[in-house]
Amino acid sequence: MDLPVWQGLFEELGSKGFTPIAVAFDSRGAEAARPWIEAAKPTYPSLIDEHHVVAELYGMVNVPIAVWINEDGRIVRPPEPAGTSDAFREMNRTDFSLAPEARNRLAGARRAYLDALRDWVANGEKSRFALPEVEVLRRLEPYTDTLALAHTYFRLGEHLCRAGRMEAGQRYLDEAKRLRPESWAFKRQAWNLEHEQKAGGPEFWAAVDALGAGKYYAEVPDIPPVSV
Amino acid sequence: MPATLLTTTTTTTLDHARSDGENLWVPLAELKSAIGWELKPEGACRGDQCVPIPPGREREYFSEGRFNVAALARYIGQPVVHDAESETWAIGEAAGARNSALRSLEAPDFTLPDLTGRMHSLSDYRGRKVFLASWASW
Repeated sequence: MDLPVWQGLFEELGSKGFTPIAVAFDSRGAEAARPWIEAAKPTYPSLIDEHHVVAELYGMVNVPIAVWINEDGRIVRPPEPAGTSDAFREMNRTDFSLAPEARNRLAGARRAYLDALRDWVANGEKSRFALPEVEVLRRLEPYTDTLALAHTYFRLGEHLCRAGRMEAGQRYLDEAKRLRPESWAFKRQAWNLEHEQKAGGPEFWAAVDALGAGKYYAEVPDIPPVSV
Repeated sequence: MPATLLTTTTTTTLDHARSDGENLWVPLAELKSAIGWELKPEGACRGDQCVPIPPGREREYFSEGRFNVAALARYIGQPVVHDAESETWAIGEAAGARNSALRSLEAPDFTLPDLTGRMHSLSDYRGRKVFLASWASW
């Protein structure tokens, strides 16, 4: 879980004008997110997003995905995986252990990302990680009618599941997933609404395996993992 | 049966609305309290945004003291989906408006609660460098 890592970063950089805002994409609401938040005791804002509003607004298709926003409220990095990597795919699916080599790759991705954040906090717009507008625009996914429709089906689906109309709800969630197949947030939330443990179960791993050589977390081209 | 209207951020029960096919008819008197729209001489208005009702198509929008909220949403490019069995309607966002807002690179504002129910807006943190990050319990 990333909440404690972001807390460490806030303690280090909060006095330099830096604030994490954590947003939990949890249709089951505050009660689902509570144990993790209470364990991490974040002193930065840690918000509950039952309807995946932020996912829709910013085009976030998974977790952890982050956007960097400068002091003027401008986006300086578009949604991208926040210091993680596909190394988790090598996890032992029975005991959830990770071989040391894969663990190091994951740690390398995290360190590179946190160092990039530190560089931005220290150097502001002069940081090479604060991207020029043209580059942010190039990386931003266009918001299409199909995406708008997918999110509308998702909204109907999660509401009906929560209202106890599971079968109809899952039908609309299926439609959302079909329209936006790259959203793991849709897939995993739909499984989780069906059954709390299902988002990390065999269906999840089968879907990850089906990616083959495709990525679960896109690589961030200008923040490559470092060796640890 | 009352209808339920979902937007990106709200859930509203409409006690006196009537669903019929692709149409959601809301009594004129409830329009403002239910969905924030009101009818003015210049059209259907929400805040300072007014949408003129397309001339000659009034019958798609008005019937027996009710206004067709679904027709208006479709007219302004918002996706509308509904579950007939439970009379639940969801109205999404117009892609064009969302796309141009996002491509202005002005970070879109939002307001969400923390665990204690206290509301936070992104704009409260203007003047700081914000690392806006998603996570989930699942």
